[in-house]
Amino acid sequence: MTRAMKEKILSIVPDATIEEKAFLTVSVPPISFHNLAVRLKNDKDLQFDYLVCMTGMDWGETLGVIYHLRSTTLKHEIVLRQETADRENPELPSVSDVWATANFNEREVFGFFGIRFINHPDMRRLFLRNDWVGYPFRKDYNTDPEINPVRLESEVNEDIVPTVELTESGELEEKVHTIFEDDEYVVNIGPQHPATHGVLRFRVSLEGEIVKKVDVNCGYIHRGIEKMCESLTYPQTLALTDRLDYLSAHMNRHALCMCIEEAMGIEVPERVKYIRTIMDELTRISSHILFYSTFCMDLGGLTAFLYGFRDREKILDMLEETCGGRLIQNYNCIGGVMADIHPNLVKRIKDFIKYLPPMLKEYHGLFTGNIIAQQRMKHIGILSREDAISYGVTGPSGRGSGWACDVRKIHPYGVYDKVDFNEVLYTEGDTFSRYMVRMDEIVESLHILEQLVDNIPAGDYAVKTKPIIKLPEGQYFKSVEAARGEFGVFIESHGDKYPYRLKFRSPGLPLVSVVDLLASHNKIADLIAIGGSLDYVVPDIDR
Amino acid sequence: MFDFKVVTDWIDELLRSWLPASLVNITECVLIGICLLVAYALFALALIYAERKVCAAFQCRLGPNRVGPFGTVQVVCDMIKMLIKEIIEIKHVDRYLFNLAPYIVIISSLLAFSCIPFAKGLEILDFNVGIFFLIAASSIGIVGILLAGWASNNKFSLIGAMRSGAQMISYELSIGLSILTIVVLSGSMQLSTIVESQADGWFIFKGHIPAFVAFVVYLIAGTAETNRGPFDLPEAESELTAGYHTEYSGMHFGFFYVAEFVNMFIVAAVATTLFWGGWMPLHIPGWESFNAIMDYIPSLIWFLAKSAVMVFIIMWFKWTFPRLRIDQLLRLEWKYLLPINLCNLLLMVVVVAFDLHF
Repeated sequence: MTRAMKEKILSIVPDATIEEKAFLTVSVPPISFHNLAVRLKNDKDLQFDYLVCMTGMDWGETLGVIYHLRSTTLKHEIVLRQETADRENPELPSVSDVWATANFNEREVFGFFGIRFINHPDMRRLFLRNDWVGYPFRKDYNTDPEINPVRLESEVNEDIVPTVELTESGELEEKVHTIFEDDEYVVNIGPQHPATHGVLRFRVSLEGEIVKKVDVNCGYIHRGIEKMCESLTYPQTLALTDRLDYLSAHMNRHALCMCIEEAMGIEVPERVKYIRTIMDELTRISSHILFYSTFCMDLGGLTAFLYGFRDREKILDMLEETCGGRLIQNYNCIGGVMADIHPNLVKRIKDFIKYLPPMLKEYHGLFTGNIIAQQRMKHIGILSREDAISYGVTGPSGRGSGWACDVRKIHPYGVYDKVDFNEVLYTEGDTFSRYMVRMDEIVESLHILEQLVDNIPAGDYAVKTKPIIKLPEGQYFKSVEAARGEFGVFIESHGDKYPYRLKFRSPGLPLVSVVDLLASHNKIADLIAIGGSLDYVVPDIDR
Repeated sequence: MFDFKVVTDWIDELLRSWLPASLVNITECVLIGICLLVAYALFALALIYAERKVCAAFQCRLGPNRVGPFGTVQVVCDMIKMLIKEIIEIKHVDRYLFNLAPYIVIISSLLAFSCIPFAKGLEILDFNVGIFFLIAASSIGIVGILLAGWASNNKFSLIGAMRSGAQMISYELSIGLSILTIVVLSGSMQLSTIVESQADGWFIFKGHIPAFVAFVVYLIAGTAETNRGPFDLPEAESELTAGYHTEYSGMHFGFFYVAEFVNMFIVAAVATTLFWGGWMPLHIPGWESFNAIMDYIPSLIWFLAKSAVMVFIIMWFKWTFPRLRIDQLLRLEWKYLLPINLCNLLLMVVVVAFDLHF
């Protein structure tokens, strides 16, 4: 398989260099990159239709981008990289027309590395202000606060965006695209708005009640976690993962721990795998219950909100008892978990497994079956399977569109290969199916817990690691199924005790990138319902 | 049954014995005005407290329980807080209309409030087109809401006000038609006469099917008219932050808030008056002793108890249902409620013409 793939790629781009690492890594000259991308996606033997992760890189002399691709049908994976030696004016071809998820990711790379993507429709910075000086993720970035002081004046909203396009004669031409015309009625939903679930801002063009276009403005809570990680030792970086998607804090940390353990070649004890899986599922249930609460509130069902919070509290109590933390648990560590489980945990989980199903029935009675709720959800914001893959919308939202994207099934980790559970799939792709996937996943998670809770093997809760952890040189990628989708960790190590580059593939960014697609030509109230059903968490988008 | 006319006549005579006739009129107007305002404020406080407690009960919470016995003083504290809060001056608003709007809303609500027959002999405005006046007065409120949205110079407020305009004008039709159904049955538009004619049986029983249909439609439309859930689109918190009153602060916001609660009571009170016999006690023909016992309960208690049940039902709606979307809301009115209502009116006319009611 690998050989056939290599030959195929070499036949398309003869001057590509191919290395066999954990994944097949192909370095492609920028000039032929777009052509290769189109072929990789469309060739029937390759079918790389899902761009998992896109990482901007600064290798000192060169700037570049690493692409992790996966085929949803053939299940194989590949890593592409392209780089340019021009640090003054780096330009690389855009693949946003091949994989729609590249659109936002390329804007992110542009903001942080200054790489402009040719033929990208909207070359604005995604997270930074337009008047930001320099490119903060470059290794030679000057952090002097004099250069980028805390600006007190508001940023001017540009309705015109710059692009770089390749003309037919082969020359680059700087152009502008208009997002909003002067006479459009543009309303800011956010950054302070009850329905954006955090500091996210939509600029929405309205025609009466109908949404014409949504322009997503992110970055209000960007903390530069990836950059911070580059100056932290590996055990220190763990603390930051919980602050990404705080509702799946445990899963995020699980991913980073697994990635580091894999790089170091540590085999964690079986007990650790069980504990981690149990905690993952508890976190997932609590996150989905919170989804139910907030989603109902977005649709105006205020009582349902408190029902959800009442039951989520039970999980938080369990997590508190074992981990010490409620929202953010800080429980995983490299080689295991911080402490053994609390003696009460097993009993409490068993009680909870008995407690929740009647409550779920109540949820469905109060909200799901309600005629108003049904009318608000059904046939609203339909995301097709193709779009879900192209935009990289994973997790329950992707599964609501019929895309079997569960990482627990594709690359089983923890003890997911030992438990029996169904991957919940709905094919309608509307708000209602995204909602139902989550509600059904709560039941599946309870089922997983039921199988695990009695069988936790005895043993150590962590393996001893060296006081200073250094990762061997190389690139590592590991992903887990967080509550909102595939959460990936990419580490490039140069053999130090600090990562050279640490990238988090957040499930939130693709989710927010489809809002425009789904909400256009619907009502304002539908925009809120769609946003609620996608269930993005803003610190996860912004990182 | 105790007739409040005794009290009012006594006050009237007392004043007349002291003062000349012209001054008596002025004094009585002032007295009634003061009583009305105090009653309005007290009702608002009671309703806010009730809403908090009811909402808490639905949501498995306790509600206010710290200040005073069962948290009853909490609402008074909140009122004082609201009264002494600064009214923030906002740039770029149409100041005249912006400041006028809450007063229009509260005045319309107060006018409607003054039409309600609270107990036997306890009516302030009672004349031959009373119910007509009540509808007219309560619809002035929409002007205030539209002005508030427009004058705020805020896009969210404007959307909220427009929603509110579309919604209230639509649902006014249903309210009017269902009231008309009862007017057909009673043959009078004077509220006291409507109540009196229910002495031998409340209209919901007398008018059987058409009256019941009219009641259900009235309750739905009334909930929509007061901008309460599931019809709270004009101030849909998750969509428009607070709709038309986003920019208001202090007591100006308080006026909208209070008016909303009292409007809910007015809707409940009108439902009580038209369908459930107003302050009339429950009489079952033939059960003489039972009827006599019922008569011992004061008429004010009857009225308030019935209204409280109605208010509870309206609160129940809000804390159970999710919110409708604007097109669904208008479809419900124009495609369902209005045709049903028109047919129902016709049915009622037939019932009355052929004397099919009890």
